[in-house]
Amino acid sequence: MNAAGERVIALAGNPNVGKSTLFNALSGLRQHTGNWPGKTVEVARGSCVHRGERLELVDLPGTYSLSARSPEEEIARAFLTGGEADAAVVVCDAVCLERNLILALQVMECIPHVVVCVNLLDEARDRGITVDLEALARGLGVRVVGTSAAREEGLEELLEAAVTAAGEPPRPLPPAPADGMERVRRAEKLAARAVSCRRADPMDRDRRLDRLLTSRLTGIPVMLALLGLVLWLTIAGANYPSAWLSAGLGQVEEWLSWLFHAMGAPAWLHDALVLGVFKVLSWVVSVMLPPMAIFFPLFTLLEDLGYLPRVAFLLDHAFQKARACGKQALTMCQGFGCNAVGVEGCRIIDSPRERLIAILTNSLVPCNGRFPTLLMLLSIFFVGGGPWASLQAAGLLLALLVLGVGMTFLCSRLLSATVLRGVPSSFTLELPPFRKPRVGQVVARSVLDRTLFVLGRAAAVAAPAGLVIWLCANVTVGERSILDHCTAFLDPVGRFMGLDGVLLMAFILGFPANEIVLPIALMAYLSKGTLVEAESAAAVGALLAGQGWTEVTAVCTMVFSLFHWPCSTTCLTIYKETGSLKWTAGAILLPTAVGVTLCAAIAAAGRLLGVG
Amino acid sequence: MQPMQPELTLSALPVGESGYMMENRAQSAMERRLTDLGLVRGTRVTCVMRGPAGDPAAYLIRGALIAIRKADAAAISLIPARPGVAAP
Repeated sequence: MNAAGERVIALAGNPNVGKSTLFNALSGLRQHTGNWPGKTVEVARGSCVHRGERLELVDLPGTYSLSARSPEEEIARAFLTGGEADAAVVVCDAVCLERNLILALQVMECIPHVVVCVNLLDEARDRGITVDLEALARGLGVRVVGTSAAREEGLEELLEAAVTAAGEPPRPLPPAPADGMERVRRAEKLAARAVSCRRADPMDRDRRLDRLLTSRLTGIPVMLALLGLVLWLTIAGANYPSAWLSAGLGQVEEWLSWLFHAMGAPAWLHDALVLGVFKVLSWVVSVMLPPMAIFFPLFTLLEDLGYLPRVAFLLDHAFQKARACGKQALTMCQGFGCNAVGVEGCRIIDSPRERLIAILTNSLVPCNGRFPTLLMLLSIFFVGGGPWASLQAAGLLLALLVLGVGMTFLCSRLLSATVLRGVPSSFTLELPPFRKPRVGQVVARSVLDRTLFVLGRAAAVAAPAGLVIWLCANVTVGERSILDHCTAFLDPVGRFMGLDGVLLMAFILGFPANEIVLPIALMAYLSKGTLVEAESAAAVGALLAGQGWTEVTAVCTMVFSLFHWPCSTTCLTIYKETGSLKWTAGAILLPTAVGVTLCAAIAAAGRLLGVG
Repeated sequence: MQPMQPELTLSALPVGESGYMMENRAQSAMERRLTDLGLVRGTRVTCVMRGPAGDPAAYLIRGALIAIRKADAAAISLIPARPGVAAP
């Protein structure tokens, strides 16, 4: 019972059993569900109403046991034995029930009121697996309910059973067995009596797909092709909406200008708010929104399918060579979406040494906020026109991502040879059965939860940054504007790295959000040069060329965008996760050192060859 | 007396073949993790696939597919599963 007198139902279960999907379906609370272990480390709470009674739902972290050997297990165990929960629902995967029952038996030793929920019945049915729920209930001695959470089937029955169980006299707790063996044997017997299968091998389709996705010949090529396909769809699909948004927001800008004039607002106010704040904001939105709205759902679809653990399986050998944990591949993939999420995801790595390696190297892969910068520069400087343009851009972007992944391996190896010395610890990685992605939910969830959230954050930063940059460009100290003073000061350092003062300042001002780096730089250039027509790639290219940009400048900007300090949100997350200023500083210095070194080398090579 | 056989370890189990676990000599954290996953003495294990570099490999343990690195799998000894031979 909670403080408000509502009954509390805890959801426990193994990772990858659809527990968070069930939690969302029951509580209607928008909360992201993941496909890998430990995604829900913090206890998520929600509520629902059943027959007029308000219930509090608690989504415990997914664990394989309650032995309190990891933080997740500790949280789950403490909550179940703490007396706050009126009943526990153990969520089990019908596709591999036997393994799931081991945890169910353990939960039954901890708390008197238990309901076993056999979830993913639809997935099991597709594989010819049937579960005799009554036989299971007889064998276990507690209520058993079958559900298909993704289709919202069986949810009412589950709540009914949980409420009934919570109201019954407490079941005497069985003594915990001396070792885990006994539980395993009991689970084996229970599953043997309850599970039957029509097909010789219920998993044959999964195995065939696994052979394609992970075999020696096809594994790596298919992985690159899938990533390339996602990038190509993002690039090809984002072109038109970006142009529309840009044109639409340009129109809004004209209306705003008219409105300011009509109200008789002073010119400086109009310039600061419309040409400063609104222009940068509209650039960020039109450049950022379409790629994000395409990339996030596509990536979430792969996540939902269960592909990411296969990526970890494929890349594990390389991480082993780097003396790091194979689960780092999962946190690296999360980093492609958002580095802060990737850093937080590092909690799934048990060894503190390997976790630090994963945290320190996470921002070496570009997050979604850096894709538009990379894409725009690629399209302006290295992609010709014609029907193959977006394919060419996707190929080049893929090459940049592979560079980031390669640098992750290299830096992980360097860290394990120096400050984080040690041998890889042992770990197990579950490759869950493939799930049919729920397209509608995926799109809704990734647009609402991820896209709008990230865009909102970028916009919140872009508006004041636009004002600052406008003020800097228009307030003069002595003969020159503040902007001129700043960029002149940074220019020598920038030039050394193949950039210029404006770019370096844009990267510094972009610390709160990487999305605004290029808009800020364009804004600063604009205050010096002029943008003749609408914001087409050719016009931007001409503006940049007018400011002395060459191919070397473009390459160095892209490399520095790949490898520089993490954004402020990521830095805060790193501090929160490591609890150490020293390691946070390390996580800032490592990618920055990589970027400065690479850029300086490229710039020097460019000068030597006479192309810089 | 039974003839001495070279010991079969999980890491040496060929793809597509099965065995019954005999002994788990992994360090204690790993041993307990595998017990949580249901791998105890007498459990049937099948090697389902290997990664592109041959390491790690994925094993079918109680209906779930679990990837384990070669170094860790080498600490687990097996009796090969043959038709007509009962589980220990």
